[in-house]
Amino acid sequence: MSIKAFSAIIIRDVKLATRSFGDMLTLVLFFTMIGVIIPFAVGPNKALLSSIAPGIVWMAAFLSSLLAIDRFFRADYEDGSLLAMRHASISLEMIAFAKLIALWLTVILPLIIASPMLALMLNMDFEIFGRTILSLLLGTPALIAFGGVGAAITVSLKRGGLIAPVLILPLSIPILIFGISAIRSNSGMGVEDNAMLFLAGISLLAMAFTPFAIALALRLEQE
Amino acid sequence: MKNSTQAQDQSIKKMNWFDRLAHPGQFLKWSKYLIIPLIIITIVLFALGLWYAFFNSPEDYQMGDTVRIMYVHVPNAWLSQFVYMAMAVSAIGTLVWRHPIADVSMKVAAPLGAGFTALALFTGSLWGRPTWGTYWEWDGRMTATLILLFMYLGLVALWRSFDDQLRAAKLIAVLTLVGAINIPIIKFSVDWWNTLHQPSIVSAKGLSMPASIYIPLFVMMFAFTFLFATLHIVGMRTEILRRRADALERKSLYNTGAKGEVK
Repeated sequence: MSIKAFSAIIIRDVKLATRSFGDMLTLVLFFTMIGVIIPFAVGPNKALLSSIAPGIVWMAAFLSSLLAIDRFFRADYEDGSLLAMRHASISLEMIAFAKLIALWLTVILPLIIASPMLALMLNMDFEIFGRTILSLLLGTPALIAFGGVGAAITVSLKRGGLIAPVLILPLSIPILIFGISAIRSNSGMGVEDNAMLFLAGISLLAMAFTPFAIALALRLEQE
Repeated sequence: MKNSTQAQDQSIKKMNWFDRLAHPGQFLKWSKYLIIPLIIITIVLFALGLWYAFFNSPEDYQMGDTVRIMYVHVPNAWLSQFVYMAMAVSAIGTLVWRHPIADVSMKVAAPLGAGFTALALFTGSLWGRPTWGTYWEWDGRMTATLILLFMYLGLVALWRSFDDQLRAAKLIAVLTLVGAINIPIIKFSVDWWNTLHQPSIVSAKGLSMPASIYIPLFVMMFAFTFLFATLHIVGMRTEILRRRADALERKSLYNTGAKGEVK
């Protein structure tokens, strides 16, 4: 079990993503544009915008990461790297875990860095913004983990399209529920007290168990 | 040609009863005799249950006659979870034991489960309007059941996206097992978030309902379960025949070539 091999995968994926950062830029633009569209859709009433702002930020992060699912494993599948990775010195499960970490760094971190712009456009309170960032940091690993399962299962479909987001959306709704509950104290769902802890728990469990499902699905793809 | 069919017949004769459960051709043979008895049992149970529900059970002291929707709503809701557990067991059969027709069972159960879940949500919504004053609330159990409906429909869509159904079967088995986490959430959401939906009625202390209510309820539960069993067996037979038809079509295309010339 070599740390060098593990970090090599992470560094490779981050380098590939940042070298041609068109994809990352598109995602950040999509994320920010949701914040631009919402005031047009619900009216520029500042009080209203600041009351729905945490939900909008979470929804924007949610939708952006769902849209990015298709690109999780497709490039590696198409050029044969996945086949080569099966013979690596570390297990395919560790490679899947490393890939999830790299995906979090290249998909979610840019969104979190861009979120102050969204907070500005939606007139978010500063303290609420702090809690939003914390809940995003705690909850998005679970989003990436479930997205990885969906991506691994649909990677061999040529016209994948929206099927992976549609599959992962039902599983990810609890993350959204807990994420919003962690920000407000009166979300009405009754889980306010320990929502941050639940969120962290879901993320840890998801990151721990989904690499097994992902590796299984990737092995089955290429039988 | 003749020798290979002789060899096949020999090996089929040597199968014990357990192998006959798994072999698709043998399954078609013995499941044919199950269909009519299942249909009769289902009709009898429904007739009995509906008679009980409409004519032989008491009104609720608060809700009046609307409580009778419970005899349709509760079986549908219970069945929506039961069908997912059946799909999860079939998924384990596909992945772990490589059972030949476990994937057929999984594929057929998905649209049936979606139907039962949709009916549960629909009847629950109709029941909610006169009793709680609202068609829909975002409480724990209703949200989790809605999520279950989307999972079923997503699985139905996923089956149709793949060309090769046998490879799809193993991948969809993985997804089914990952999604099985939702079932405990539905079951216990009523206990964890005590917002609107009624808490569970069957607990360790025994049933908290009188016999005049739980007898019709259990009869209807059995009726719906037998309905699922009938539809499931018929669906599995249809799916096996459909795969045979696909295989024969591909074989005839191979033999005759793309432009219809015989090879």
